[in-house]
Amino acid sequence: MRVFIILALAVAIGLATAVSPFASSSPDGLERVANDQSFIEDGRLAGVQEDSPVPDYAFPGVADERVATGLAGFTGTLIVFGLASGAAGLARKRPIPR
Amino acid sequence: MHVPDGFLDAPTSLATAGVAAAGIAIALRGARREVDDRIAPLAGLVATFVFATQMLNFPVAGGTSGHLMGGALAAVLVGPYTGLLCMTVVLVVQALLFADGGITAIGGLASVAASAATFVVLYSLGGVAPIPFDTLLTAMLGVHALIAVGEAVVTVAAMSAVLATRPDIVPQHLRPRLAGAL
Repeated sequence: MRVFIILALAVAIGLATAVSPFASSSPDGLERVANDQSFIEDGRLAGVQEDSPVPDYAFPGVADERVATGLAGFTGTLIVFGLASGAAGLARKRPIPR
Repeated sequence: MHVPDGFLDAPTSLATAGVAAAGIAIALRGARREVDDRIAPLAGLVATFVFATQMLNFPVAGGTSGHLMGGALAAVLVGPYTGLLCMTVVLVVQALLFADGGITAIGGLASVAASAATFVVLYSLGGVAPIPFDTLLTAMLGVHALIAVGEAVVTVAAMSAVLATRPDIVPQHLRPRLAGAL
């Protein structure tokens, strides 16, 4: 199982780091409809998001857009893995019997 | 782009936050019953895969892209409660770290088509701009039907990969009946 987890995590990191910079940059469905129907301007950041560390998946301080995206993916993947694994571990430690 | 703050008015945002809070509370309790030795190591992986694949926009018709939501895959692999918590972790990280999606979008909406339809209903109730319901519904469902096809393809491909390599981690009732042939 440990080997599987490491391999699967490597695949996820690979996707987020190396493939995400080449993902389509076309607006996604919601953004496209919001533009077409002219309500895109209503969108705004919440207060706490104004200080987000990696806004819009562009790692700060990196000139090249592809590298910035890849770094954003790399760090995000590791953070999500840590948080979700930690939460699952907690749930495992405090089970409710079925 | 997940739904940002500002698209839906305050009462609708509060209502969705309430539904999300209730859903998460139920999922936390359910996950403690659901998480077993099979699911615990998978949960981190599922959330990670959902995050990674949500970054991989693929083109659909006419200058638009789509991306996986991953809720269906999560629910199938680790169960609905744990799956919802995985989706929530992803959405929280996206909103706070990457400013992707408003704070009120953190509710673990589980699928592309359901998200699109839910958004249209919410917008009809509390959208800040006067867009006719049928116009918005047609526009959103049209493009998200295409995106949902993509999600189905990716979900099936991911499940096939798991079944081919590690069928033992797939929930019992989903494993193909090999009938001793192998």
